[in-house]
Amino acid sequence: MSLRIVVCVKYVPDATGDRHFADDLTVDREDVDGLLSELDEYAVEQALQIADEADDAEITVLTVGPEDAKDALRKALSMGADKAVHVEDDDLHGTDVMGTSLVLAKAIEKTGYDLVICGMASTDGVMGVLPALLSERLGVPQVTLLSEVSVADGTVKGRRDGDTATEQLEASLPAVVSVTDQSGEARYPSFKGIMAAKKKPVEALDLDDLDLEAEQVGLEGAWTAVDSADERPARTAGTIVKDEGEGGKQLAEFLASQKFI
Amino acid sequence: MAEVLVYVDHLDGAVRKPTLELLTLARRVGEPVAVALGSGAEATAPALAEHGAVKVLTADAPEFADYLVVPKVDALQAAYDAVSPVAVLVPSSAEGKEIAARLAVRIGSGIITDAIDLEVGDEGPVATQSVFAAAYTTKSRVSKGTPVITVKPNSAAVEAAPAAGAVEALAVSFSEKATGTRVTSRTPRESTGRPELTEAAIVVSGGRGVNGAENFALIEALADSLGAAVGASRAAVDAGWYPHASQVGQTGKSVSPQLYIASGISGAIQHRAGMQTSKTIVAINKDAEAPIFDLVDYGVVGDLFEVVPQLTEEVTTRKG
Repeated sequence: MSLRIVVCVKYVPDATGDRHFADDLTVDREDVDGLLSELDEYAVEQALQIADEADDAEITVLTVGPEDAKDALRKALSMGADKAVHVEDDDLHGTDVMGTSLVLAKAIEKTGYDLVICGMASTDGVMGVLPALLSERLGVPQVTLLSEVSVADGTVKGRRDGDTATEQLEASLPAVVSVTDQSGEARYPSFKGIMAAKKKPVEALDLDDLDLEAEQVGLEGAWTAVDSADERPARTAGTIVKDEGEGGKQLAEFLASQKFI
Repeated sequence: MAEVLVYVDHLDGAVRKPTLELLTLARRVGEPVAVALGSGAEATAPALAEHGAVKVLTADAPEFADYLVVPKVDALQAAYDAVSPVAVLVPSSAEGKEIAARLAVRIGSGIITDAIDLEVGDEGPVATQSVFAAAYTTKSRVSKGTPVITVKPNSAAVEAAPAAGAVEALAVSFSEKATGTRVTSRTPRESTGRPELTEAAIVVSGGRGVNGAENFALIEALADSLGAAVGASRAAVDAGWYPHASQVGQTGKSVSPQLYIASGISGAIQHRAGMQTSKTIVAINKDAEAPIFDLVDYGVVGDLFEVVPQLTEEVTTRKG
């Protein structure tokens, strides 16, 4: 039977751009270019490698986001994923991580899956909790923060490099996996891949399709509220000296004046 | 006074510093009830009591070590049900965030991660976060359910605040899902003898300018003279000069020490995201135009191979 892989991806504002907040304290998506979160490229890459090893596999990339989020899906399709699902609904504006995980879980169940693969975190919110939330909501094992992953005989195995130890993990499918940026360089889409992606199917789903109510998501339905977002004051200009042979000593003097020595 | 649940991060009974910092913040919200799980759980009690825990709920079972995350969620949920706290606070480690997230789903609560401060507002705890590579500071609160908040290391001072710290055994029955992910082997990371990167008061980092694995000895020598942790930029890690566990930046560790010394690091957004909230920032770089100099309190434009050894020697001399 075919191995059904769903890769969850996020369309994020470019981290090298000038990111800021809109008036309603959601992330402003108008004034900064968006793209496929870099950390999700690693998830797409591992999905492609796992599919290569399997006898028969199908990769669906899934995103929740506005119209422009299609760009992220196209990128993943051009890397080699087979099809895409785009959950888009005006009522989703302002949805927080609890709501997003609810929507993704519904869409994953509707799509059908043996393996869900996520990046380790998004490059905008950087919470890193979505894979665990999906695992909890779907009721399947989490095998997360892997720097190595393999799938064989209905079992996923991987290496998790934690703060205090390196662990080898394994779980039976279906399961939710997340991979780190140490899992292996993501491939660049080939010209052929980019052309092929244009013909790959992108299924559009809205809240109705997922049997969700507007009240369960969006800014009003969010489980958290942002009360203020203030630009960090620019750091006051520091002292900069050119090393004329005494730079190390001058620096030591500064550290001593600040009581670090 | 209302009780607040504090999840304890410990290694065989030795409480890690971020948990003690968390107790400082927890005491603003209510009476801290600590939850310590796994091998050595009971041994955590004296340190927790010393820093304000009124109660220490403990549980030990092979499941905590043999299976990933979920057994700990089951236990934290048992503690939640027993205590009915006003908030649940968890250290922002990778595992801590996963535990907190799963608990939040189960108890129907919102979650805030990586808070750097916590205060009490009219509608419950208000969390300060630093977002978009520290370009913004936000204040947020959980608006549904009992707030579940994870807090980053170095967000508060460790304060002595002796309390009863009475140890109570926590009854835990594991869910069917607890044994879903097997930990088939565990290799503790080799200790460098230096402070933990995210917890250190001083961090000395090297980047592309260090130009080779062997040259990191210079960075390590400076770190050791200051009692600091060693960090590395993504460029240095990708080049294979230093282990990924030491990477500071968006895809590595986020640090917020009292003093951050960047050597041979240009200061790309990817790096700034992981260190911009450091209290005092110092940089050494050959390129006077490097963006890192926009952040510094003190910068030296010069060759790190000249400046760093001189600094190390001067620090060592002054410390006598």
